[in-house]
Amino acid sequence: MIGNTQTVVQANGLGLTFRTNDGPVVALTDVDLTIKKGEFVSFIGPSGCGKTTFLRVIADLEQPTSGTISINGMTPEQARHARAYGYVFQAAALYPWRTIDRNIALPLEIIGLSKAEQQERIKRTMDLVELSGFEHKYPWQLSGGMQQRASIARALAFDADLLLMDEPFGALDEIVRDHLNQQLLKLWARTQKTICFVTHSIPEAVYLSTRIVVMSPRPGRVTDVIESTLPHERPLDIRETPEFLEIAARVRDGLRAGHSYDD
Amino acid sequence: MIAKPAWQALLALVLVLAAWLLGPMTVPEADSLANPTASVTFPFVATKPLIYGLLLAAIVLSMTRLSAAARAAILFVGAHGAAWFLLHGIYGFEGTARAPFFLLVAAAWLLAWQCVTLLSSQRPLQRWLDTAYRLLVPAIFGIWILILWEAATRGAGIPFILLPPPTAIGAKLASSIDIIAADVRQTIFKAVIVGYVVGCGAGFAVAILADRVDFLRRGLLPIGNMVSALPIIGVAPIMVIWLGFDWQSKAAVVILMTFFPMLVNTVAGLASTGHMERDLMRTYAAGYWQTLLKLRLPAAAPFIFNALKINSTLALIGAIVAEFFGTPVVGMGFRISAEVGRMNVDMVWAEIAVAAVAGSVFYGAIALIERAVTFWHPSVRGG
Repeated sequence: MIGNTQTVVQANGLGLTFRTNDGPVVALTDVDLTIKKGEFVSFIGPSGCGKTTFLRVIADLEQPTSGTISINGMTPEQARHARAYGYVFQAAALYPWRTIDRNIALPLEIIGLSKAEQQERIKRTMDLVELSGFEHKYPWQLSGGMQQRASIARALAFDADLLLMDEPFGALDEIVRDHLNQQLLKLWARTQKTICFVTHSIPEAVYLSTRIVVMSPRPGRVTDVIESTLPHERPLDIRETPEFLEIAARVRDGLRAGHSYDD
Repeated sequence: MIAKPAWQALLALVLVLAAWLLGPMTVPEADSLANPTASVTFPFVATKPLIYGLLLAAIVLSMTRLSAAARAAILFVGAHGAAWFLLHGIYGFEGTARAPFFLLVAAAWLLAWQCVTLLSSQRPLQRWLDTAYRLLVPAIFGIWILILWEAATRGAGIPFILLPPPTAIGAKLASSIDIIAADVRQTIFKAVIVGYVVGCGAGFAVAILADRVDFLRRGLLPIGNMVSALPIIGVAPIMVIWLGFDWQSKAAVVILMTFFPMLVNTVAGLASTGHMERDLMRTYAAGYWQTLLKLRLPAAAPFIFNALKINSTLALIGAIVAEFFGTPVVGMGFRISAEVGRMNVDMVWAEIAVAAVAGSVFYGAIALIERAVTFWHPSVRGG
């Protein structure tokens, strides 16, 4: 239980079935997964494959209907109450009546940190996401990319060891996305956090991850888990190397195998 | 030298020329023309050239290439100067106006219209000037309603009981200021304010409760709905029986009227937060009160202010109407019902004017607070 071998997320035979008016919908079935400390795990798959649902189960935003899951050895509910993770949503979800620094302060107010501690963390995380100077702007005065960076700063200020990110850059354009991906890798290297990252972009998944979990829909399940052989240090042009393309091809094959468009 | 003239100015010119051709502005003037030997006094002896001069000068200058602001100023002076002399002259000669009088009033009105058009097309860079323009336009609008009202009632001699002229209402207001002040104290500062604060406060508190406890929401919303559907003229006498003649029974009516809009709006506002915003609070393991104070109440603020604004006018109506059903000999509603009975319509109108002004000020004050509190909402910050 030391260093890199410590288990952060452990799922065994995890399943989740939603009860809807049109009958039960199987969102996840029989998911076995272990995530170690310091890993960067991407979840990739088409819509409806349960990747977001899995993240939400970790976050205790959904309750599994079968199997077990533990976070740092606790149940998801205990982990949530222990503030074990920070969550970045698909949209920035900043509160429009708060300035950027007050938005980042929101989780800190809820934990009950002192004003001085709050100020220190706000400054540190705003530097990390390169938003210094925008403390007193309102969210609607910033671009979409800056808003999403502010929401990442808010999750980082929380300072949990586990960061759950649900397609955080999905709504952003390619250039901004590349830039934020680079920043995210730097941030991960600096903070040594464990990151679970949901995406539907193959290059993004391959570029960022140490491990890629390929999922498929109907019912949502894990079809392949790919260990990345790329080095930790990753410039953007690593995406043109044969090694990168080979992993990307494997991911694509995995997606194709799990997903037939015939039905 | 000549710019493209506005249609208002051209039509005003036609009206002024028509008035000139039609000759005498009042019946006494026509009489004196028909019978020059009789000594008849008639209005506009001295001011007639002045009125025509002001209107024609404003029409001609408004067609030049002067700056828009200068033309607006000229039109303002011309239109209102002419209107002033027209109204001043007809005073004491009610019901004697002939067509030229009304044509000239219409011409002045058209010029004021063009003035407002010019003003609203202006986008001055200085902030204070922009604010001044935005206040000036509705002010000119309001003034012209009064001018046309005055010209119609005095010019055509509309019976006082049907519609008294605004100046008579103003004079009555000034001469009975003590009575009206006592009425305002009784109705607004006691019944309306107390009823409004208690009604809105109770609606808000019950909304929070209903939001927290599910069976309350299911049980209270239909009952609240029913209370708001109660006819005020049925409730008011019952409240008088229960609570007596004084302001307390009126405050109770106001409470009944303001409670439901506040309840419904606050419940809707508390439900208006997005899934993501609420999930966010959940990931922080925030408690019920933290979520309420830091997320749901701020998000509900636009809804709550809507209720406060709706209630500001409802409260006034409720208190005044409730006074028709038994009251001590003071209060705006009492005064209206009593003075109608004595045919003192000018006093009735004076009370109506005071109620309208008080209601507008009340509404405006809440709207200003709303702008300050919900500055972040797209409807306030503009997209």
